[in-house]
Amino acid sequence: MQRNEAIRPSIDGTHMSSAPLITLVLILSSLAYWLGRRRAFALARRPSAGKLHSRPGYYGVLTGLWCGLPALVIVAVWQMAADPLLTRMAMDGVAAAKGVVNPDQINLLVNDMRNLVAGNVVAHEVDPLIQAAADRYLGLQRISNLALATAALTAALVGAYLILARIRPALRARNQVERVIEIILTLCSTFAVFITIGIVLSVLFESIRFFQQIPLADFLFGLKWSPQMAIRADQAGSSGSFGAIPVLTGTFLISGIAMAIAVPFGLMSAIYLSEYAGSTFRATVKPLLEILAGVPTVVYGFFAALVVAPAIRDLGALTGLPVASESALAAGLVMGIMIIPFVSSLSDDVINAVPQSLRDGSYGLGATKSETIKLVILPAALPGIVGSILLAVSRAIGETMIVVMAAGLAANLTFNPLQAVTTVTVQIVTLLVGDQEFDSPKTLAAFALGMLLFVVTLALNVIALYVVRKYREEYE
Amino acid sequence: MSEARPMSTMARVNVGLAARYRKERRFKFFGLAAIVASLMFLALLLASITAKGYTAFRQTEILLDIHLDPAVLDVNNLATANYAALVRDSVQALFPRVENRQDKRIVAKLASTGAAYQVQDMVMNKPELIGSVKSVWVLADDEVDMFIKGHIPRNVPESERRISDQQAAWIDQLTAAGRLQLAFNTTFFKAGDSREPELAGIRGAAMGSFFTLIVTLVLSFPIGVAAAVYLEEFAPKNRWTDLIEVNINNLAAIPSIVFGLLGLAVFLNFMNLPRSASLVGGLVLTLMTLPTIIIASRASLKSVPPSIREAALGVGASQVQTIVHHVLPLAMPGMMTGAIIGMARALGETAPLLMIGMVAFIVDVPHGFSDPATVLPVQIYLWADSPERAFVERTSAAIMVLLLLLLAMNAAAVFLRNKFERRW
Repeated sequence: MQRNEAIRPSIDGTHMSSAPLITLVLILSSLAYWLGRRRAFALARRPSAGKLHSRPGYYGVLTGLWCGLPALVIVAVWQMAADPLLTRMAMDGVAAAKGVVNPDQINLLVNDMRNLVAGNVVAHEVDPLIQAAADRYLGLQRISNLALATAALTAALVGAYLILARIRPALRARNQVERVIEIILTLCSTFAVFITIGIVLSVLFESIRFFQQIPLADFLFGLKWSPQMAIRADQAGSSGSFGAIPVLTGTFLISGIAMAIAVPFGLMSAIYLSEYAGSTFRATVKPLLEILAGVPTVVYGFFAALVVAPAIRDLGALTGLPVASESALAAGLVMGIMIIPFVSSLSDDVINAVPQSLRDGSYGLGATKSETIKLVILPAALPGIVGSILLAVSRAIGETMIVVMAAGLAANLTFNPLQAVTTVTVQIVTLLVGDQEFDSPKTLAAFALGMLLFVVTLALNVIALYVVRKYREEYE
Repeated sequence: MSEARPMSTMARVNVGLAARYRKERRFKFFGLAAIVASLMFLALLLASITAKGYTAFRQTEILLDIHLDPAVLDVNNLATANYAALVRDSVQALFPRVENRQDKRIVAKLASTGAAYQVQDMVMNKPELIGSVKSVWVLADDEVDMFIKGHIPRNVPESERRISDQQAAWIDQLTAAGRLQLAFNTTFFKAGDSREPELAGIRGAAMGSFFTLIVTLVLSFPIGVAAAVYLEEFAPKNRWTDLIEVNINNLAAIPSIVFGLLGLAVFLNFMNLPRSASLVGGLVLTLMTLPTIIIASRASLKSVPPSIREAALGVGASQVQTIVHHVLPLAMPGMMTGAIIGMARALGETAPLLMIGMVAFIVDVPHGFSDPATVLPVQIYLWADSPERAFVERTSAAIMVLLLLLLAMNAAAVFLRNKFERRW
């Protein structure tokens, strides 16, 4: 089904054209480094000039930085701003001339123009107005690229010259270079925050647009999920219903099955490894278990769909139970296997963190090893274990490929593990893979589901990390 | 002394002792059983994939005597000649007794549609062959291939298999004449995707994975290391750095598909970057691997003892000099190990790439970062969806290649760690 998706390259040429410019700036910048360094050496050799504040290389680096950085910033900002600006200038008056006011239709016109600019074959007749706009765009783009090159190169040369002229023995080049490095490091560290903000904003915006069309209450409490909408207004078809409850039930059913496998197996493995196993056994088995975590999920999906699901179906046929070929059990089972090492390695850490004195006290009272584990170690490690299980649950809820390949598409509201159910991630994938229309509730629903997923996993993570941290503090 | 003496403590302990020891043994057995079961799952997974996939590395070929007819092949127009007709005629020539038109058509389908391209390549490389009769091994159709490999069993009713009794008889005839062979499947490593299983290969997906990982590595390693250095060496302890830390830990646990949504909304719809390109795939995977690399790099920086820093600062190095000259070189092996593990995870990642259109059916091998591309795991997903029996085998083979790559990367990480890790 996905194979029929047409490839629509929307390359508009502007993105790649800056590569030679950037290379040129980098070459200039290394040249500036060399010049700055040479100047510093020349100064150092002059007996009258006194001692250099920094080593000559720092003067070179400072010159290179002042040559390269401003120019690169100019290129980056220009690249981001140029395309929308050029598009608006090129399309100026086109929409009005065609009497189009609807923003969707304006977008269509803009896309037509983009396709013309990129040189793609346009199926329908080319509108002369759009053709003119495309020509205008190309003209403007040429001017813009020229202007950008001039601006960037000027900035590079001026920056390099300013520093070169200021190189004196007293110039605190090292301190300035280090200041710049520190700023760059700080910027890199804030990247993580920007990613989170980006996720929240991108998901939130589309979700808000979704909830403008579908009421929030219908989404959260609706019992029917069938996102097939009539795409055109005059098309006959279902109006689509977006009740997330069946999807959520499916998600929790499959995650529940997965946890029912992963928690006992993972926990018992962790207990055996940390309390009973000798060091050689531990050293061989632990990496082997980690392999289970390293296998890509698409491989598990293939395994679930091709080996486990048919096996379960055959087993059902033998015992006379009706088993769907995409049963929740198959997906859940394989997902559980995938999560075993996750639970076991986290619990292993937690159990190892329980102080030895607690064990010694219990043995001293005459308890056996298993009694010590059950009555002393597990209660002591309980918060940490709960934390690791919560993290595993969030993993199970967000897992995509296994369920996409082995679980169903139809949203059945059922708790029967032998039937096919669907999950949040499956729905996101099916709604967004293939041709999309970006304003239909069908596509936007995927973002609403994505937000639900994000909020649930985030909450689970925050709680889990809090619990684990609290627990660690208790024994440290 | 008629009344019973109260039981001594030891006696009371001894009464329950056997039961308690039994419980102890049972508990220990459960632990071992859990580990053994988990490892059995792993073995089952690997064994079933190997069993399904190893046959894909060999491919059935048919020996055809192709008459390179000058009437069909015009020297000046070799690119457009009807090579398919040449192949068809030579397959049909192997079965002179088949007269019926419909049967003839079925006979012609024993050879792959790709055979025509094979002949075309041969003729275009050596135009002097025209006019001769040349014996060539050409690819067989995927169903012939499946039948030869035993994936289409003979002992089921004719209506339930894809090869009819008649076709089976023809194939047996070819085998008897020595005109069928299983040869190493070079197509699988040289070709891009195709709808014909015998013409499909992993080259396109492997190159896509390569370009994607290059983008990921080039972006995530420097940024990740820089962020780790700042957080470990410079950051003051305040609410802002706390926020960054919490953020990084949370990002590491966010489902990968959410990163795909971000990529779709920001890179494709907002920034208008090309759809299906490995550049965008690399950007999305960068966002995903960044937390892994930051966390590994921080751990690596933490393990460098403070005495190193103090010694450097003591002889007058600045903080930046201390880090660049002493701390980073010592922490580098650990950081590289983290980067390799992050890359291995990125290599196996599928879900976010589905969101940004890397699931398109792409025949051409990508040559650059903005070419439409797909990656190995997505190729596996696409093939797993295909109904042809022969794709099951190829999917498993692609999985084997992917797992080998991952194994190699992880082995490299372990090697680095063992070789350069220092305990202070």
